[in-house]
Amino acid sequence: MSVHRYRDGVSVVELRGAVVLLGRFPALAGLDLSVDVGETVLLQGPNGAGKTTLLMLCAGLVRPADGEVRVLGHDLTVERREVRRRVALLRHGTGLYEDLTAAENIRFWARAAGLGESEATSRAASAVGLLGLDDRLLSRPVHALSAGQRRRTSLASLAVRRPDLWLLDEPHAGLDQVGRDAVDSLIRDAVSAGATVLVASHELERVRSLSPRVVTVAAGVVVRDSGRGGGTTRPACTPEAATGEAADA
Amino acid sequence: MREVFADALLIAAKDLRIEARSRVLVNQVAPFALLVLVLFGFALDADQRTLRTFAPGLFWVAVLLASLLAVQRSTSLEHADGAHTGLRLSGMAPSSVFLGKAAAVFVQLAVLEVLLVVGIVVLYGSTIEDPLLLVVSGLVAGVAVAATGTLYGALASGLGVRETLLPILLLPVLAPVLIGATRAFDDALGAAAVDGWAWLGLLVVFGLVATVLGALAHGALIED
Repeated sequence: MSVHRYRDGVSVVELRGAVVLLGRFPALAGLDLSVDVGETVLLQGPNGAGKTTLLMLCAGLVRPADGEVRVLGHDLTVERREVRRRVALLRHGTGLYEDLTAAENIRFWARAAGLGESEATSRAASAVGLLGLDDRLLSRPVHALSAGQRRRTSLASLAVRRPDLWLLDEPHAGLDQVGRDAVDSLIRDAVSAGATVLVASHELERVRSLSPRVVTVAAGVVVRDSGRGGGTTRPACTPEAATGEAADA
Repeated sequence: MREVFADALLIAAKDLRIEARSRVLVNQVAPFALLVLVLFGFALDADQRTLRTFAPGLFWVAVLLASLLAVQRSTSLEHADGAHTGLRLSGMAPSSVFLGKAAAVFVQLAVLEVLLVVGIVVLYGSTIEDPLLLVVSGLVAGVAVAATGTLYGALASGLGVRETLLPILLLPVLAPVLIGATRAFDDALGAAAVDGWAWLGLLVVFGLVATVLGALAHGALIED
């Protein structure tokens, strides 16, 4: 697995005072975050805290209204396309086409990422194995799959791109134990290949086993960051951090 | 440039494969268009002379109404489960996505036009006097409708009201296509003494402008 390497000291995600407005509502209100290569970071916080917006910002899907936003070494206000092709974003929607089979979907997204026919086939086989998708499931149209099977197919269609930055929004949602284990394997595999992973999840214990670093987001800002070692809590300078009311757990 | 067309081909092939599986064109759009032709016949009291005279206009009104369904279907494919986000993250040029989706809509409209030509010959008693003009004007107008429809489909979906707003946005813009294509078909079907080839020029210009504008503007329309 070839993953882009960075110079020492260059963060994969570097946000300083990032503001994102959804209408007139500030979904992110001056958020600071720095994530290094190969880190797995758990984002936690209550619903509406800004976790999903943060992931979308890192994917270059929403524009910052203010602040400095650099992802994979690129300034997102001017170089969104360069970032987008190197990130994978899992959201609530699976991004699959209902009338195509699971295999056709995975192959389509591999080709859409610019891979040639043989490379797409080989990466698809690798992703399918990683996510535990068998031939019987792959030959079914997506509308005939369960929610969990769709989720795994969606992850496989992202994995074929071998992104440098994974942005996962509730990746374990709707999955059975086999599916959850497959997602954990995918995350470990990505990190061992040098990729960076940001996971927004309410399943704290599960993701904590994958990530020593926990970042708590509330009201559009980081209110607590356990730090890269995971052992020490670093409260951010906000009133929410002082009260701890934003923490989900 | 080669990459743009290769990606457009990938998108078009995907949309047409989905259409072949779902059979929305065969089971819904085509019957709707034929039904429109039949209803026009009832409205005009089944007078074949009148129907022959107005067949070109009725044909193109049926095509435009059916094109609304095809464009809405094309747009909804990407928005049903968030695939449009995947396309934005794929690194594909927005112009590729536009050209691919417009090409798939064009192929569906071309099939629909063949069915409707058979329909006006059988139901209205129309005769084809200039087959070349009929085919060329049908194809060029099809390109114009597909490109404009795809462009406005993206615009309407960006505004978040694609099902309701699309007809109001799209039909007025397609008025020149309706007029030009009807005049060209008037000549091709011998319904009126006009120079259909001259009207074809209008369709060519419209089709080119819609295609180039769509390829350039699609990126801005699907963003934010």
